[in-house]
Amino acid sequence: MISIKDLTFAYSGQPSIFQGYDLQIERGEALSIIGPSGCGKTTLLYLLAGLRHPQSGRIRIDQIPIKRPRPRSGLVLQDHGLLPWQTVRENARLGLTIWGFYGSDGRHTPVNEDISAHEADQRVDDWLAKLGIENLRDQYPLQLSRGQRQRTAIARTLAMKPDLLLMDEPFSALDAPTREDLQKFIIDLHAVTDLTYVIVTHDIEVAVVMGQKILVLAKGCNRKAQLIENTCAGLSAGRMQDEFQQTCEDVRQLLGSLT
Amino acid sequence: MNNRLNNRAILIGLLMFFAIWQVLAWVIHRPIMPSPFQVLPIFAGSLFGELGIHFLASSGRVLAAIALAVVSAVPIGLGLGQMPQVNRIFAPLIAIVYPIPKIVFLPVIYVLMGITDISKIFLIALIIFFQILVVVRDEAANLHPELILSVRSLGAGRRALFRYVYFPASLPAVLTALRVSVGTAVAVLFIAEQSLTTYGLGYFIVVETYQVLRYPEMYAGILAMGLLGLILYLFIYHLELKVNRYRSEE
Repeated sequence: MISIKDLTFAYSGQPSIFQGYDLQIERGEALSIIGPSGCGKTTLLYLLAGLRHPQSGRIRIDQIPIKRPRPRSGLVLQDHGLLPWQTVRENARLGLTIWGFYGSDGRHTPVNEDISAHEADQRVDDWLAKLGIENLRDQYPLQLSRGQRQRTAIARTLAMKPDLLLMDEPFSALDAPTREDLQKFIIDLHAVTDLTYVIVTHDIEVAVVMGQKILVLAKGCNRKAQLIENTCAGLSAGRMQDEFQQTCEDVRQLLGSLT
Repeated sequence: MNNRLNNRAILIGLLMFFAIWQVLAWVIHRPIMPSPFQVLPIFAGSLFGELGIHFLASSGRVLAAIALAVVSAVPIGLGLGQMPQVNRIFAPLIAIVYPIPKIVFLPVIYVLMGITDISKIFLIALIIFFQILVVVRDEAANLHPELILSVRSLGAGRRALFRYVYFPASLPAVLTALRVSVGTAVAVLFIAEQSLTTYGLGYFIVVETYQVLRYPEMYAGILAMGLLGLILYLFIYHLELKVNRYRSEE
C-alpha cells in the first residue's frame, strides 16, 4: 500500500534525517515507529501524510505519489488538533464539513463520493457513540479531559472512513486506563476492517502492543529500515507474557545499538 | 470583559449620568450647561426630524468606515500572520505607523481625495484598519501549528483553512479591536464633520448650534453622538459575548 523509495529528507540547513531510505507497508498492516526524540519519526509520519515533502525519492500510496494530504488518509496528533470554538460534534464533523465545502473534487476530498448533510451527521453521531462520547457532543474542548478530546479527534478522523490512519503519539498524554481503552479501540477496529495504520511512539510497550511490525529509527541519518517482526501485537497478550517481554527487550537492544 | 454589561447596569449608568448632569446644571447655572429636562424633549422631538438626518449621515460614515477597514485589514492581517517571511519585511513599517494619530493626515487626505464623504470615511477607516490588522496578524501567527496541520490533513486547502480556522480564530480579536477603536473613530468623525459638509453630527454640533449659541440644541447633538458611540459599543460587545461563549462555559 505504501511504498517509500530512495527517500532523502533534511530540514533546511540541517543534516539529512533520511537518505536513500526504502520502506514498504502492506495494506492492512499495523506499523509502530519508535525512536529517540529528534530521530525523525514524526517527520516520517508527516511525509506519509503529505504535510512535508522529500528532497528526493518517492513516496507512493496506492501507486499515487503523495504531493498533498490524501483524502483517504487520517491523521491523529497528540493534542491541539481541535477547534476550541466548536463543540465536540462540530469538531468531529469538521472533516465532513470540509468535504461538503469543496464537494467531491478528488483533490481535497475523495472523488465521486458526495455525502449529504444528513448522512454526515449520522456518521458523526455513530462514531461519537462508538467512542462513548455522544453525551458530550454539545461541550467545547476546553470543558473536556485530554482523553475525551482525543476521542473527539479520533471520531473526526474515522468519520472520514480512512483506509490509512496515521497517529503521532496519540496516547502519550493520557492516563493508563484511557490509553489502554483507546489502544484496544484501534486494535479492534483494525481487526474487523482492512484499515492500515502507522503509529509513532516513544514508548516501547505501546510500540509492541500496537505494531505487527516495529520500525526503529536512529538519531542521526537513517539509511536502511530497521524492522522487527512482532507476533504479540494486541492487548490480549497476557498469556504471551514472556514473548511480550522478549520483544520489548529486542526493541530496546536495537534502539541501543543504533544510538 | 469581567464587568458584564447587562440591561440593569446600562439603566443605572444612564440614571447616574443624568443625575450628575442635573446637579452640574444647578451648580453652574449658565446657558452653556442646560438641564437634561430642557435638552431631552428637544432631543426626542428632533431625533425624528433634522437631528435624525445628521445622525444617519454620521452613522453611515462610521459604518462604511468599519466595513472598509474590516474588509481590507482582515485578509491582509491573515496573510501576514501566515507568511512570516513577508511579515518580517513589513513589521517595522507597521510598528512605526500604528501609533501615529491618523487624524494628522486629515489635510493630506482632503487634498488628495477631495472634500467628499470618501475622504472622511477613508480617514476613519485608516484608524480602525491598523487596530484590526495588528490583532488579526498576531492571532493568525499564534495558532498552534499542529492545529493547522491536523485541519490540513482533513483535506483543507487555503480557502477552507480561512473559512474554518483563521477567520473564526481571529473573529473575537477583531471584535475587541473594533470595540476599543470605535470611540476614537467617532471622535475623529466629530472633527472631520466640522468642515466641508452640511450633514453629520459634528457639523450640527459645531456649526449649526454651538457657533450660533443654540446650547440646548447643541446638547441634543452631543447626546446623539454619545448615543451613536454607545450603540456601536454595545452592539459589538454583544457580538463578542456570543463568539466567546466557548470560553465562558469552562
